[in-house]
Amino acid sequence: MQFFFEVLIGGLLSGIMYSLVALGFVLIYKASGVFNFAQGAMVYFAALSLVGCMEKGAPLWLAFILAFVVMTLLGIATEKFVLRKMVNQAPIALFMATIGLAFFIEGLAPMLWGNEVRPLNIGLVDEPIAWILDRYNIVVSSFDLAAAGLALALVAVLALFFQYTRIGRALRAVADDHQAALSIGIPLQHIWALVWAVAGFVALVAGMLWGSRNGVQYALTFTALKALPVLILGGFTSVPGAIVGGLIIGASEKLAEIYIPPVLADIFGGNFGGIENWFPYVLALLFLLVRPEGLFGERHIDRV
Amino acid sequence: MFYRETGQFKTSYAADQQIFPIRQDRIGIAILLVVAFVVVPLVAGSYWFNAILIPFLIFSLAALGLNILTGYAGQLSLGSAAFMAIGAYAAYNFHVRVEGMPILVSFILAGLTAAGVGILFGLPSLRIKGFYLAVATLAAQFFIVWCLTKFPYLSNNSSSGVISVPDVEILGYKFDTPPARYLLVLTLVSLMALAAKNMVRSTTGRAWMAVRDMDVAAEVIGIRLMHTKLLAFAVSSFYCGVAGALYAFCYLGSVEPDGFSLDLSFKILFMIIVGGVGSILGSFLGAAFILLLPIFLDISLPWLSGLLHLPFEGATVSHIQLMVFGALIMFFLIVEPHGLARLWQIGKEKLRLWPFPH
Amino acid sequence: MINKLKKLVIASSIAAALLASTAPSAQAAEEQFFMLPSYRVGPYGANGQSFYGGFIDYLSYVNMKGGIDGVQNTWEECETEYNTAKGVECYERMKSKAQKAPGPIHTMSTGISYALVDKTAADKLPLAMMGYGLTSAVDGSVFPWAFPLVTTYQMQASAIIKFLKDKNGGNLTGKKIVFLYHDSAYGKEPILALEAESKLNKFTLVQIPVAHPGNEQGAQWQRIRQEQPDYVIMWGWGVMNMTAIKTAQKMGFPREKMIGSWWAGSEEDVIPAGDAAKGYMSATWNVSGKAVPLIADIEKTVYGAGKGNLKDTSKLGTILYNRGVSAAVLSVEAIRAAQAKYGKGKAMNGEQVRWGLENLNLTEARLKQLGATGLLPEVKTSCSNHEGSGKVKLQQWDGAKWVPLTDWIEGNKALIHPLFQADAAKYAKEKGITPRDCSKEK
Repeated sequence: MQFFFEVLIGGLLSGIMYSLVALGFVLIYKASGVFNFAQGAMVYFAALSLVGCMEKGAPLWLAFILAFVVMTLLGIATEKFVLRKMVNQAPIALFMATIGLAFFIEGLAPMLWGNEVRPLNIGLVDEPIAWILDRYNIVVSSFDLAAAGLALALVAVLALFFQYTRIGRALRAVADDHQAALSIGIPLQHIWALVWAVAGFVALVAGMLWGSRNGVQYALTFTALKALPVLILGGFTSVPGAIVGGLIIGASEKLAEIYIPPVLADIFGGNFGGIENWFPYVLALLFLLVRPEGLFGERHIDRV
Repeated sequence: MFYRETGQFKTSYAADQQIFPIRQDRIGIAILLVVAFVVVPLVAGSYWFNAILIPFLIFSLAALGLNILTGYAGQLSLGSAAFMAIGAYAAYNFHVRVEGMPILVSFILAGLTAAGVGILFGLPSLRIKGFYLAVATLAAQFFIVWCLTKFPYLSNNSSSGVISVPDVEILGYKFDTPPARYLLVLTLVSLMALAAKNMVRSTTGRAWMAVRDMDVAAEVIGIRLMHTKLLAFAVSSFYCGVAGALYAFCYLGSVEPDGFSLDLSFKILFMIIVGGVGSILGSFLGAAFILLLPIFLDISLPWLSGLLHLPFEGATVSHIQLMVFGALIMFFLIVEPHGLARLWQIGKEKLRLWPFPH
Repeated sequence: MINKLKKLVIASSIAAALLASTAPSAQAAEEQFFMLPSYRVGPYGANGQSFYGGFIDYLSYVNMKGGIDGVQNTWEECETEYNTAKGVECYERMKSKAQKAPGPIHTMSTGISYALVDKTAADKLPLAMMGYGLTSAVDGSVFPWAFPLVTTYQMQASAIIKFLKDKNGGNLTGKKIVFLYHDSAYGKEPILALEAESKLNKFTLVQIPVAHPGNEQGAQWQRIRQEQPDYVIMWGWGVMNMTAIKTAQKMGFPREKMIGSWWAGSEEDVIPAGDAAKGYMSATWNVSGKAVPLIADIEKTVYGAGKGNLKDTSKLGTILYNRGVSAAVLSVEAIRAAQAKYGKGKAMNGEQVRWGLENLNLTEARLKQLGATGLLPEVKTSCSNHEGSGKVKLQQWDGAKWVPLTDWIEGNKALIHPLFQADAAKYAKEKGITPRDCSKEK
C-alpha cells in the first residue's frame, strides 16, 4: 500500500509537469483557435535561451527576463509573419503551419545557442524529502514538489491576469467570439501577439523546470508529446482542464506502468514494460468515447 | 494554343465520364507512363533508383492512402506510419511463416491486415472529431509500434526486434537490381493510383466528400456515416500497409519498429498538405517535394556557402536546412494552401487561354 | 554582439584556411575517400558532433603528417539526423564517390547500420560498426563486409558482469541486478547475453524497459526502489541517460551502484546531470582526457594550424571525441594493413580495405608508435572474429572527469561468441547466404 501511494504521489507530481506544457497549448487554442504544435519547440527554445544567457554571465533572474523578451519577440514575429497572413484558413492549415514553425525553431534555437546538452541549475536539489522517507518510507521528490508549487502559482497568476486586467478581459472576449470582439474595438492582432507571448512565458517556465530536471537539450521538444493526452482529456479550451488532466494522466500512467506489465506478462509471457508512451493516449481515447469534448471542453452542437 | 479542348465532342456518357476527358491530357499521361516505364529504367543510375525514385513512389502511395482518409473523407490522422509498420511486419510474417506464399499475395494480405487494424482504430471517429480525433490517432501510432516491439513473434523472434527481409521473387524472377525493384514498385503504385482515382470519382468517393464537408448533413441525405467513415479508414490503411510492405521489401531491406515513428507520420502528412489535400496528383507532387527538398538543400547549401565564402560548418548547414524546411512549409501554406496540385490546375487553366489574356 | 562578430571573423578565417588547405590535396594523385553519414542535429546531435569531430580531426592529422604513406584522406559528410531512411539516402548519394577507394563507413547508428549491412555487401564497401550495429556480424564468414570492431553489446555486458563479480569477491550468487534499457534494437541486444550470464553466475536479472525517448522514468525507478537491487546496469542513449541519473537521485538510489553501457558514459550524459552523476560508472572502449599523447598532438598540430573541425574546443579529449579519434585510428590502420599487402602509397579499393579490416593487428607496440597507448585496447581481427578485442574498461565520474577504474576487461568469449554464430547462421538461412569457409581465408 505504501508503494501504491508512492507511485501515486510521484505520478501526480509528474502530471503537474505535463500540465505546464499543456497550458501553453490551451492558451493559444483558446485565444486564436490554433492548435500550436510548436509548443514543444518553444519549450526547447525558451530553455536554451535561458541557459544561453546564463552562460554569458547573467544571473538567473536577468536571464529569465531576457529569455522572456526573446520569447515575446518570437511570439510577435509568429503573429506578424505567419498567423496574420493565414487568417480565415482552415484550422488544419494553421495546425500544419505550426508544425512548420516547430521545424523552424528547432533549427534556429541550436544555431543561436549551440546544440550541446547543458545542465541548468536553478537552485533546487532533487532528492527525497528526508522526514517523509523516514516516517512513511515514501519517496517524495523535493524538486517535484517545488515545481508543482511553482506551476500552481503560475496558474493562479494567469487566472488573476485573465480575470482582473484589461488585457485579460480582452483576451477572454477574443476567445469567446473573434468577430464580436473585433466589432467592439479590441485589436485582434495585438491580442494574438500577446497571447503568443504569454504562451512563450508558460513555455519558459516549463522549459526551466524540465530543463533543470533532465538537462537542456533537443529532447525537451518531446515534452509536447506528453502534453497532448493531457490536452484531449482536459479539453483544448480549459485551463483547469489542463491541470486536472495532467494530474489524471500523470497518476494513471505511472500506476499503469507499475501494475499492468506484470499482468500482461502473465498472459503472454515476455516483458511488457514501457507502456507509458501509449497508455495515456489510449486512456484519453477511451475517455473521449464517453465524452467527446474532453473533461472541461465546450460541448459542441452540430447544426445543418 | 496546344492545350485546348475545342473540337473534342463527347457523344456518349462513357466518353464524358472518363478519367481524362481531354485528349491532350491522355497524350500527356501516356508519355509520362512511357517515360516512367521505359525511359527511366534505361537512363537512371543506381542512386536515382535507390535513394529517390523508389522512396518517392512508396511515399506517394502512403500519401495517397492518407489523402483518401484526410483529403477526401476529412478525418485527420497522425498515425499513417504505424499502418505502414503493420504492412511491413505483416508482409514479412506471411512471407516467412507460410511456405511458398507468393510475395504479391503477401503484400495484399499485409494491406488487408492493415485495413483491419485501421477499421479498429477508425471506430472512435464515429464519436470524436477534428483535433481530438487527430490526437486520438496518435494512440494508434504509439500502441502499434509498441506491440511490434513487444511481441517477439512478430519479428520472428529476432533478439533485436529488427526484421531483415529477403529479396523479392515473383515466379522465379529475382527482383534484386534497382531497376527491377523500381519497375515492380512502379507497377503496383500505378495500379493502385488508378484504383484510387476511380474510387474517388465513384459513389464511394462522393460519399466521402459529403462526410468531409459536413457529416451531419451527409447523414441527413442518407449516407451511412459509419459505413463510409470506416471504409475510408480501411482503404487508407490498406494503401499505407502496402506502402509499408514495399518500404521494407523494396527500399530499406531491414526495418525496426522505431523506424515508423511519429516523424514519419508527419512527413506523410506534410506530403499531402504541400501536394494538395484531396487530390490524387497532389499526393505524388507532395511526396516528390518533401523528399527532394532536404536533399536539394543538403547539396546546395554547402555549395552556396562555398560560393559566398560563408563559414558554415556541418552543424550549421543542418540547422539552416531545418529552418528553410520549416519556413517553406509555412510559406506554402500562406501562399497556396491548396498545395502544388492547385498550382498545376491554375497552370492548366492559363494554358487553355494562352496566348490570350482572357 | 562583439563576441559574435569575433567568432564570425575567426570562423571565416578558419573556413578560408580550410578551403586553401583542401584545394591542393584535391589534386594529389592518390586519395582515400571516407564517406561520413554523420549527424550533428536532432535528438543525438550533441553526441554526433563530438564523435565526428574527433574522427575528422584524426583524418586531417594524418594528412598533415604526410597521409597514409602519401595517400591523402578526403571525406564528405552527409547529415542523417540519426534517421535510417536519411542515412540510406546519404549512403546512396556518396557511394559512387567511394567506389574507387573507400574508407570504412561509420554511421554511429544501429538502425542505419542494419539497413546498410546488405547494401554495403552488394556494393563491396566495408562497413564498420564500432560498438553498435548488427552484433552477429562478429561472424565474418556470413558477414564479410561488416565489422563490429573492438567490442559488442553482448561482450560488453559480459565484461560488466565480470567486473561486478570481481568486485564481489568472485561470486554473484543471490545478487539482484536490474537491467534498465532503451526499448529498441540497441537496448534489447544484450538481453540474451545477460540471461546466459545470470544462469551461469546465479544472480537474479530484472529487466525494465524504458520507452523512447526516456525523458520520464518515475515509474521505472519506483520499481527499482521496490526491487532493491544490488546493481543497475543501464543501456541508455541520449536524454535517457541523464534522466536515469537524475531520477536515481530523486529516488535516493546510490549512483555508485549504476553502471552504464558505453553509449551511456560520455560527458554529454553526466555533465547535464550535475552533482547527481558523481560516482556513476560506465563501460568504455576508449579513455578520455588529453593525457594520451595522440590527443594532445592533434590539438597542437590540427588546431594549432586552425584546421580543427570543432568550433568548441572544450570538446577535445571528451569520451566521444576520443572515440571518434579511436575509430579513425582503426580505420586508418586497416588501410595501412591493406597497403602493406597490396602496395604502399596506393589508394586501396573496397576489397583491399576489407582485407585490411579483417587482418588488423593493432598491438600495444603499434599503439605506442601512434601515441595512443591506453587510448583503446589491442585489436586483432580475423575472418571468424570481426570483433577483434571484446575488451572494455570501467570508468567512474568524479564530478569533473571520467576516472578509469580498471584495466581492459574481456567478456566471457566462450559464452557469448556462440550466440553470435547461432544468430549469424539464422540470418544466413533467412537470406540464402552461403557462409565462407574461414579456414581457407588467408
